[in-house]
Amino acid sequence: MVQAATEKTLISSIIRRSGDELLQEWIQEQQKAVAKAGKRDEAEVRQLCSEFLRLFRDALEANGAYDLDGKEWTPVRELLDTLSRERSEQGYSPSETASFVFSLKRPLFAQLRRELIRNPEALAQETWTATEIIDRLGLYTTEVFQRARDAIIARQQEEMLELSTPVVKLWDGILALPMIGTLDSQRTQVVMETLLQGIIDTGSEVAIIDITGVPTVDTLVAQHLLKTVAAARLMGAECIISGIRPQIAQTIVHLGIDLGQVITKATLADAFREALKRAGVQLRPTLAQAS
Amino acid sequence: MDRIPILRMGEFLLVTIQVDMHDQLALSLQEDLTQRVQKTGARGVLIDISALDIVDSFIGRMLATIAGTARLLDAQTAVVGMQPAVAITLVELGLQLRGVRTALDVEKGMTLLRAALERRA
Repeated sequence: MVQAATEKTLISSIIRRSGDELLQEWIQEQQKAVAKAGKRDEAEVRQLCSEFLRLFRDALEANGAYDLDGKEWTPVRELLDTLSRERSEQGYSPSETASFVFSLKRPLFAQLRRELIRNPEALAQETWTATEIIDRLGLYTTEVFQRARDAIIARQQEEMLELSTPVVKLWDGILALPMIGTLDSQRTQVVMETLLQGIIDTGSEVAIIDITGVPTVDTLVAQHLLKTVAAARLMGAECIISGIRPQIAQTIVHLGIDLGQVITKATLADAFREALKRAGVQLRPTLAQAS
Repeated sequence: MDRIPILRMGEFLLVTIQVDMHDQLALSLQEDLTQRVQKTGARGVLIDISALDIVDSFIGRMLATIAGTARLLDAQTAVVGMQPAVAITLVELGLQLRGVRTALDVEKGMTLLRAALERRA
């Protein structure tokens, strides 16, 4: 335990004594490792590195047992958190991000060698300790990086779900739902819910489901469409399906799906005209066009 | 035991369900309503379920039964204000309530019933 404590203090005292030298070498090392280093402004990197070294030293001095989950290491972890998250958003690769920590190894080992040139055993011991700590910090960076990426992916998926199911109000009491892209069971559920909620919110009695942008219709999708129409009817609204492409119409007939109960129109325009008729609105050419 | 009030509005009966429906309540509503239709000679029944956010197959079937019974007594039934979640549940249960008229709210339901009566007259 006593020995462990002195080991720690050796690394931290090296940082304390020759911190500037170490910092200089570290930054050079990083610029070698990270091809994108040019993107980052030198002063910024310097500031980040010296901040890291300071926190790293403090943590080493404060903590006898090198438990990286301990509260002494919290500032270091927080710094790495921000760093990895920023870099993952800026499009760095995981290895480029982790190299921030790993590139500290070479300058640190060089300093250790200079320090303990006469004591190979202690040198090996110190090197091992330093490797262990830096490796764990590096792995931690990668982990945070991965988590940040996962969060971005999850958010984008969610956004895509919402983006792809807009409910548009065409007229008082007439809604349209232009569907785009392949329908899977999760999306179809979202589509159904947004449409029904839209009907409630706007008090619309006619809803047009336009499937021009749906590349394929299989039995599942068709069944879902029928369910949506039935649910809307239960709520007191009528659905018109429009934009069924010729191939899809053929598929539907081949599959033996019965859309008999549903009003279908070839284009959104036709469906809109039908909806207006049901809402009691009459379209009339203006005088200028009539003459 | 509590009962669901049935209000008379001209030639229509209005039922607003504002409590959680349990089976016994549904049965007594069905009975009360049939008797009131008979007694008042109402031409239409409006059932407002906008406050109902949970249904099961029993309640779903009850709605269909009420509509069927009322039709025998020459009254049209409209179910109004169904919540999206309820509609989805009923469809998933395979209860599409064919033969029951539906509308978004009481006012639209009333218009719907009037139009239906005029068509018949």
